[in-house]
Amino acid sequence: MRLSGKVILITAAAHGIEGKLMGIGGATARVLAKEGAKLIVTDINADAGKQTCAEIRKEGGYATYETLDVSNKQDWIKTINKAMTRFGRLDVLVNCAGARGGQQYALEDTPVEDWDRQMNDHAKAVFLGTKYVIPHMRKIGGGSIINISSIYGIVAPPTSPAYSAAKGAIRIFTKAAAIQYAADKIRVNSVHPGYVHTTQTNKMMSDPEVRQWLLDRTPLGRLAKGEDIAHGIVYLASDESSFVTGSELIIDGGVTAQ
Amino acid sequence: MRLANKVALITGSANGALDDVKGIGGATAWMFAKEGAKVVLADINDEMGQKTALQLRNMGYDSIYVHLNVSNEQNWIKAINKAVLTYGKLDILVNSAGTIAPFSVEDTTSEVWDEQMNVHAKGTFLGTKHAIPAMRKSGGGSIINMSSINGLVAATTSTAYCAAKGAVRVFSKASAVQYAKENIRVNSVHPGYTKTPLNSSASKIPAGISPEEIKRRIMTVPLGRMATSDEIAYGILFLASNESSFITGSELVIDGGVTAQ
Repeated sequence: MRLSGKVILITAAAHGIEGKLMGIGGATARVLAKEGAKLIVTDINADAGKQTCAEIRKEGGYATYETLDVSNKQDWIKTINKAMTRFGRLDVLVNCAGARGGQQYALEDTPVEDWDRQMNDHAKAVFLGTKYVIPHMRKIGGGSIINISSIYGIVAPPTSPAYSAAKGAIRIFTKAAAIQYAADKIRVNSVHPGYVHTTQTNKMMSDPEVRQWLLDRTPLGRLAKGEDIAHGIVYLASDESSFVTGSELIIDGGVTAQ
Repeated sequence: MRLANKVALITGSANGALDDVKGIGGATAWMFAKEGAKVVLADINDEMGQKTALQLRNMGYDSIYVHLNVSNEQNWIKAINKAVLTYGKLDILVNSAGTIAPFSVEDTTSEVWDEQMNVHAKGTFLGTKHAIPAMRKSGGGSIINMSSINGLVAATTSTAYCAAKGAVRVFSKASAVQYAKENIRVNSVHPGYTKTPLNSSASKIPAGISPEEIKRRIMTVPLGRMATSDEIAYGILFLASNESSFITGSELVIDGGVTAQ
């Protein structure tokens, strides 16, 4: 198994329930567990998170749930302390959490509150998680941090400028962290999914017109599933990527290659 | 196994003999074989290529060697036919053959320019062109083209090498977009400084890289060391496997942080 012995904290991973639509975090939790990792599954949806953990355990994996509001500093400190008490180490952090209930605004119509929310839930969340895991990773001689950005951290979407600004912040913050902690063997990379059918995007992608627009823009001609992104995260979490840091892994079916 | 039943052709893979420093192609061949692939080694170094293929077979893996000068179209047609005749299909092509030419713009002769463009860019073009019909027949495939960090940012020297690796980078995206509908994925890999026969034993290569230059390079790597060939091969393995089935037209940078600065 590719992640044996590794302790991994993953955010926004509640939706990993078999037979239901999964989120990127939830699908990733399932794959990480199959590769032998011990998981701290975090989210703000305790019911779904606990069910996901129960299913992972039933399959012989190891997962425990913690509620974590990623934009809250105290929550991060508490969750990481709990993980350390329980496992004694943290090898990998997967920052999957995104903004809740995102509405799409044109730039002029973007409320300042939406800007702040996007920046907090995406960019600040990644900053806080990274800041508080680094001392623990340093102690065990290294680690891997994987930040989920988006293709819209690289190119602009037609709407939602706050979302793309926040995802762009994650992209470059990742490189800053990678450079600063490379000497401690802490690797930091970003993942840039294209159009993924998840619990969060389901409503938008159920609109036939929107769906067709997304499909037309994707050379591979299909939408991704959470699992397509999960395998990239496994690669970056494992020691197979030990020379990869400050890199961007684009998983978009060719959207940004055009 | 992550590549069970897949057939892969890897260029520049003669450098996989067990008792030598492995090149990226050679390291990839072993990793593919261990993950269940049937491996067609292709190179211009017939002696080393045959030796590596024999060592793979002796370990119980399926492997043959074919002579392939990547800038020769007839060689490509023969090599791909041999792969399909031997193993029935072609699923994976790794364009890994390469050479170095550390010259400034003024000191680059037009012969050096042509050689770099032929081996890296034209070699990748010809391989892709002739692999596509074979992959189409089996319903898809994965092509992995070795570019370099010098396909993203410039080296202080190696002018033609940089230009050729830049060509590989964007050619990969062109192929990716054109053949996505046929489920043929094309991605580029961008290694940073890697310990391979091309640069680990500079004395064997007259125009090779000096120990001082290697020291200078390591100073620029945030992770503070060079990569092993295996560290590049793992990235190639990920792109070759179905785990990356939604990845096409992407660049996988494996450089210890050099280009993040």
